[in-house]
Amino acid sequence: MSTLTVDKAGPTRKVKYGSMSRDRAWALRWSYFFLILFAIFSLVPPLYMLITSLKSSAEISAATNPWWVFHPTLSNYIELLTSNQFLRFFWNSAMVAIIVVTITMLISVPAAFALARMKFWGSATLATGVFLTYLIPDSLLFIPLFKMLVMVGDWTGIQLINRWYVLLFIYPTLTVPFCTWIMIGYFASIPKELDEAAIIDGASWFQTLTRIFIPVALPGIIAATIFAFTVSWAQFLYPLVFTTSTDQLVLPVGIITTLIKGDVFNWGQIMTGALLGAAPPLIIYAFLMDYYIAGLTAGATKG
Amino acid sequence: MVDVAFQRTAPAKATSARTSLHRALKRKSTMAFFLTLPLILLVAGLVIYPAFYAIHLATLNKAMTKFVGLGNFEFLFKRDTFWLVVKQSCIFAITAVIFKALIGFIVAHFVHNVPANKQRRWRGMLLVPWVIPPAMSTLAWLWLFDPSYSAFNYTLSFFGIGPIPWTGDAAWARFSVILVNVWYGAPFFMIMYLAALKSVPEQLYEAAAIDGANWWQRIWYVTLPMMRNIIAITTLFSLIVTFANFDIVRILTAGGPLDRTHIFATWAFRVGIEGSDIPLGASVSLFMAPILAIAAIFILRDISKRGNEA
Amino acid sequence: MADVTLRKVVKRYDEVEAVRGIDLDIADHEFVVLVGPSGCGKSTTLRMIAGLEDISDGDIMIGGDVVNDVPPKDRDIAMVFQNYALYPHMTVAENMSFGLRLKRYPKAEIKSRVDEAARMLDIVELVDRKPKQLSGGQRQRVAMGRAIVRNPKVFLFDEPLSNLDAKLRVQMRIEIKKVHQKVRTTTVYVTHDQVEAMTLADRVVVMNHGRIEQIGTPNELYHKPATKFVASFIGSPAMNFIPCRLEELAGKLHVRLTDRIAFPLPPARAARYQRIPRDDKLLLGLRPEHIAEARPHPAPGVETFDTVLDVTEPMGMETLIYFTLEGAQVCGRVNPNAGAQDGAPLRLAVDLNNMHLLNEVTGVVL
Repeated sequence: MSTLTVDKAGPTRKVKYGSMSRDRAWALRWSYFFLILFAIFSLVPPLYMLITSLKSSAEISAATNPWWVFHPTLSNYIELLTSNQFLRFFWNSAMVAIIVVTITMLISVPAAFALARMKFWGSATLATGVFLTYLIPDSLLFIPLFKMLVMVGDWTGIQLINRWYVLLFIYPTLTVPFCTWIMIGYFASIPKELDEAAIIDGASWFQTLTRIFIPVALPGIIAATIFAFTVSWAQFLYPLVFTTSTDQLVLPVGIITTLIKGDVFNWGQIMTGALLGAAPPLIIYAFLMDYYIAGLTAGATKG
Repeated sequence: MVDVAFQRTAPAKATSARTSLHRALKRKSTMAFFLTLPLILLVAGLVIYPAFYAIHLATLNKAMTKFVGLGNFEFLFKRDTFWLVVKQSCIFAITAVIFKALIGFIVAHFVHNVPANKQRRWRGMLLVPWVIPPAMSTLAWLWLFDPSYSAFNYTLSFFGIGPIPWTGDAAWARFSVILVNVWYGAPFFMIMYLAALKSVPEQLYEAAAIDGANWWQRIWYVTLPMMRNIIAITTLFSLIVTFANFDIVRILTAGGPLDRTHIFATWAFRVGIEGSDIPLGASVSLFMAPILAIAAIFILRDISKRGNEA
Repeated sequence: MADVTLRKVVKRYDEVEAVRGIDLDIADHEFVVLVGPSGCGKSTTLRMIAGLEDISDGDIMIGGDVVNDVPPKDRDIAMVFQNYALYPHMTVAENMSFGLRLKRYPKAEIKSRVDEAARMLDIVELVDRKPKQLSGGQRQRVAMGRAIVRNPKVFLFDEPLSNLDAKLRVQMRIEIKKVHQKVRTTTVYVTHDQVEAMTLADRVVVMNHGRIEQIGTPNELYHKPATKFVASFIGSPAMNFIPCRLEELAGKLHVRLTDRIAFPLPPARAARYQRIPRDDKLLLGLRPEHIAEARPHPAPGVETFDTVLDVTEPMGMETLIYFTLEGAQVCGRVNPNAGAQDGAPLRLAVDLNNMHLLNEVTGVVL
């Protein structure tokens, strides 16, 4: 009987195997075909930025083939990178992003440590609450925040509206909840014995945090830092509402409000500015892609 | 003798145990309190308070001198533009999320099909739209859609199509803002689904293949059930973000033509900041709250469920 | 180095009492093993000694000082965890010296202590590696090294070998014993594995349901268990328990197993059990090695009977046999040449000089 089954199974299995590998080859071919299609879809806007940024105004208005640069020039880059105004935007953006990242980490890492390791009254509720505040969008808060800032100015005489540093108070509302949330996840995944070993070794809570938790959860901290940076860098609504003078603007708002003058669009410069504005997050992404993706997926897969 | 020892130590022990417990509790919880205090202050002062302050603002008159109760809402309900914004917000969010989810799912499958050592490269390229600040990439789209120099129309003209009024005509403008939103958001879905796909054990597919399941059946009976959680949470997440979107519509159409692409956020900005009617703007933005609350409840339920499992 | 004393130590979690009043005196230099099934409170007891759990009631003394309120770092103890709890971002040397560095020991002192411990544990060539690059056994050594360099009053081990495979476990067991012989530090060691307990301990503490069942040297526990729990927990294969009762036959005290089988008790045993009521429900406790094949000239106190075997397990140097008596499965150890076969009859001999008699209801060994 066993020989019978072998006889029967032998040829069929072979055919099956062949069909499977043929299926796979076709699936792979189709996969590549569609992936190329989607990659084009994904990359057309940034590539078009690059193409346009290399054109002179004359070439753009001549309406030649928009997908090709006939007379490449760096004049747009030179003009922007020597313009005090544009450098000011860049500087403001960089300052805001770096300080916000620092504030965010100073707030969220200790808080996540406390929420992950020190069970206290209301800690679970607080952790969930933190996550929920992350869901409250900027477009719900910008009007009351604007009014609050105006009122602070009226009451105390401290002018906060139209100052770039007001963003230092506002941006952490976007970054801290999510960073705290993913840090809770990372800290919670550290085995409990590790802090017990540290305690027995004589470490205080603070030493446990700085010498054990932060180094061990470093990937999470990098992911959170990247998140905080990209959010701060890309934020558009708050600076649009809270700042107006050209010397107070950050990059995204600066490009849109100063390079678009009425109906006159200097597209070469706009695209150059946009590309330069997109560069810092893209560079970080290029070098730290794995951390970037870890941070992206951490929110849903952890916790 | 045991009794003697017990009596000797009993009183001392009782008090010392209590004080030590008390002290430890005090020390640990005060410490925890101080570690979380900045977080609590930030969230309470700059998220929770403004959220409730928005409700207060919505009950004031334009000069913010008088309480008008639901007057702002009554005013809104009588305006056609408001209902237009409600309709457009829903169309925008739902259509965009559906397409983001679909495209994300499909692309994730294609990336998953590719040999493992090449996946990184594809994933890297396909996530680029999500990495570029949306304000910057929308400028590129604006330029691609430009009425006189549109690179798309240039290309389509070779096929005898066009010129298409990408942002000039109401229907096309709606299509365009949704297209840009899908372009920006689909990679996020793709990356989440890809992570979920990788977490499905290979044996399940092998078992399904041995049971005679074809490609569709494998997706339907293995992949989808295993990914249900991630799909749900990503979709809800995206629904919130898309519903509250501001950047893309603001830059691409600024709500035009004739308010035909306004959504809650951009219209709230228009009336509240540009129109200097803060209470009315606050009222408009508050309409995002119910959908957010519903999504939040679902997400919360999912989180607590997962907490129980773990 | 110091002695450790527990006085009526209790641990309550909300309503549940995990540890219900433990009294234990551990002498200086002693190696004491807490053993018991999971959930018996042995780990909780160890963690209370370490200070990782608050005690709900009672006193813990280390070196004569009550340490109830002393935080772990001031108790001068070192602990080895089940999953080793090595700091993943530190090298082996950094792992071992972390405690000393926190206490700001001079660098030279730290180095000499780490070197010495590394030499003792044979991990000198590993000191610059990270835990990730080490095998399970090597990690185990590093975790021990971390404890040794601290030169603490007490070593605490929490199931340190249970993550290792069987072969490595035996090897590390010997290693731990060697280390203890060298450093002579008072050691409290928790395990669920009775073999580990027997091989390592000066004294074994058998725990069950948050209480101590028995304390004694490995030999005492093996030969004079106080309760059925201890008798069944210590020894592998476990002790056999066969329902029985006492009976006078021809003026001599017999233990009756079945209608067919009743053995006369040896004189010493008979005197000991004389006062037990004849109708008490009892259990005859016999270790497998005291059930062997019958030999031509049995020694006094050795009785023979016939049975049919259910299953045999040839182990090489011996064959384990299983048969049924009064519904109880009984295990014996016979010579591989005794001709034991599955389902075959065999004449067996029981050594009643090593028997135990237990009260079936209370589980107390009489």
